[in-house]
Parts: sequence; structure tokens; C-alpha cells
Amino acid sequence: MTDALRAETVTIKGHDNDEIEAYLARPLDGGPRGGVVVIHHMPGYDESTKEMVRKFAAHGYAALCPNLYSREAPGADPDDAAATVRAAGGVPDERLVGDVDGAARHLNSLQGANGKIGVIGHCSGGRQTFLAACSLQIDAAVDCYGAFVVNEPPSGMPASMKPILGLASQLSCPLLGLFGAEDGFPAPEETAKLSAELDRLGKEHEFHTYDGAGHAFFAVDRPAYRPEAAVDGWGKIFDFFGHTLSA
Amino acid sequence: MCTYQTHKIKISGSGKARKGWISLSEATVYVDHPVHMQQDHSVNIDFIDPAQGPSARVAVELSEEAALALADAIRDAIASAPPGLAAAAGAAARS
Repeated sequence: MTDALRAETVTIKGHDNDEIEAYLARPLDGGPRGGVVVIHHMPGYDESTKEMVRKFAAHGYAALCPNLYSREAPGADPDDAAATVRAAGGVPDERLVGDVDGAARHLNSLQGANGKIGVIGHCSGGRQTFLAACSLQIDAAVDCYGAFVVNEPPSGMPASMKPILGLASQLSCPLLGLFGAEDGFPAPEETAKLSAELDRLGKEHEFHTYDGAGHAFFAVDRPAYRPEAAVDGWGKIFDFFGHTLSA
Repeated sequence: MCTYQTHKIKISGSGKARKGWISLSEATVYVDHPVHMQQDHSVNIDFIDPAQGPSARVAVELSEEAALALADAIRDAIASAPPGLAAAAGAAARS
């Protein structure tokens, strides 16, 4: 057993077999281990997201974050890439699903893979995690404060940004939801509706809403960071993946 | 929250980006998470030229108060100069 890990930029096949950039981190021991697809938030494939990828590797998983902006902005700084994709209307849902599928296939091709795949995302990535979990056969999903799963977004949003509650019957895996009580998007009422619908459908889920926390409470480089909620949330994430991604 | 909403306009002008001065063709304005400013949300303005790639961008992140004050200052500055002095080339007769 070793705690050594390797983290690096790789090229994977995403939606439509497009070659896209991705950040991979994995332990150097032999496995077996589950894989975690990390969906980056709207500000992009940035340093804080890559830290999360390494954190999963430090906890024994192979983790991979596809750069969702690879096509529009190859090699660009994450903030420039995010601005470019934003100006172009955002990432289409269909392409997101294809890229997550490609990331999952890449993880399962790695030595030591046990065939189990979890997906996690924050903010826009939370909604995209739910989308992926309803579109692909995976083993665990973690939605961190993803908005517009249930509610219609305010007018003026890109047409691609629509509620996806109607997909809930296709949820393929247990869902862990981590939310802030002071968040407006998603507000507790929205996540309660999602929970009620999953109850109705008999879909396994576990939601936690933290008092004193708003949107982006996991973001250590932002004023929204709430250490108590984030530390507890990380514990819940690793407990959840511990029982859903073991062989 | 991520607002996803972006207001985009065509512009003519130049800005200083990482590689030096560049021509600019569009500006986007949106209220969303900043990259650098230590606030949860900010008014973000990107001056860009998509034809030159993602790095052809001059970006600012402002508080609401600063953004509105900037808008006022821009109007005041233009109003206090001779009419049309900085109009787009060919758009107005120069006095």
C-alpha cells in the first residue's frame, strides 16, 4: 500500500469521439479501485477543480475531469475558456453526457479499475451530474448545489438550460445531494421538490441541506466557503463513494 | 448561483490583453461568479475578439456600485466632450 499518486493532463475521447483534454489523478498502488468523473463548474477547468481531482486520488480513486471547453478553447486559460463558451451559449446537454461517458470509459480502461463509476459536480456541474446520472449507467452521483434541475431558469437563459426533472425516472444510481440552506439557486424548496419526486419514483437518494451555507460552500478560494459544511460534506462524499464504488 | 445570462454587444475599439494591444469586436456583460474578485458575484465585462481566440480578452470584475458608477462616468465623459468626437470611424462628422 502506498499513498503516492500521479496527476497529469491526458487526452480522452469525448462526445462524438472528439479528442478532448482531461485531468487525471490516480493512486500508484495496483487497485482495485472505483473511478470518479469530476464535472468542473461553469468558471471552468480550473486550479480548484484540479485540486478536487487530486483529493479523490488521495482517497484511493482514479479521478478524471474532462475539460468541457476543450473544443472551443484548446489550451486557453480556464477563465478565458469559460468566457468564450459562455459567450457562445454554454455547453449543450447532449455533448456533456457524451463527454462524461467518454471519461467513464477512460477510467474503466485504466489498470486497477473495478468497473464502478461515480460522478460529481458543483454548481452548473451539479445539474450536469443529475443529467449524466439520468442518461448513463453509472454507480453513484453527487449533486452539489446544482440549480435548474426542477425550476425553470429566469428568462434570458440559453435555450439549452432547461429543467430536467422529467428525466428522474431514468436515474441509474444512488444520488447524494449537498445543498446550502441560504442558497437561492437551488433554494431549499427546489431541492425538496426533487427529493419528493425521487421518493415517489422509489429512487435511492440522500440529501443534506446545511444551515449557514449558501451557494458554492465547497469553494475554498471564494468568500462563499463554509468550512463546517464543506468538511462535513466531504465526509459524506467519501462515505457515499465508499459504499457505492467498492467492487 | 450561475446566472448563465450574458448580454453581448458588437463594439469597435482596442484593448490591452496579455499579448499586448488587440482590436476588439464584442463585449459581454454578465452578473455571475468572479474569477478573482473576492465576492460571491460580480458584474463581469469581457472585451473580446472571438476571431483571435479565447485569449484575446480584456476582462474586469466589478461590484454593482462600481459598474454603475463606471457607466455614469462613461456617459459623463462623452457628454463633456464635443459631440461625436470619439464616434466610430465614419459614423459621425467630426467638427
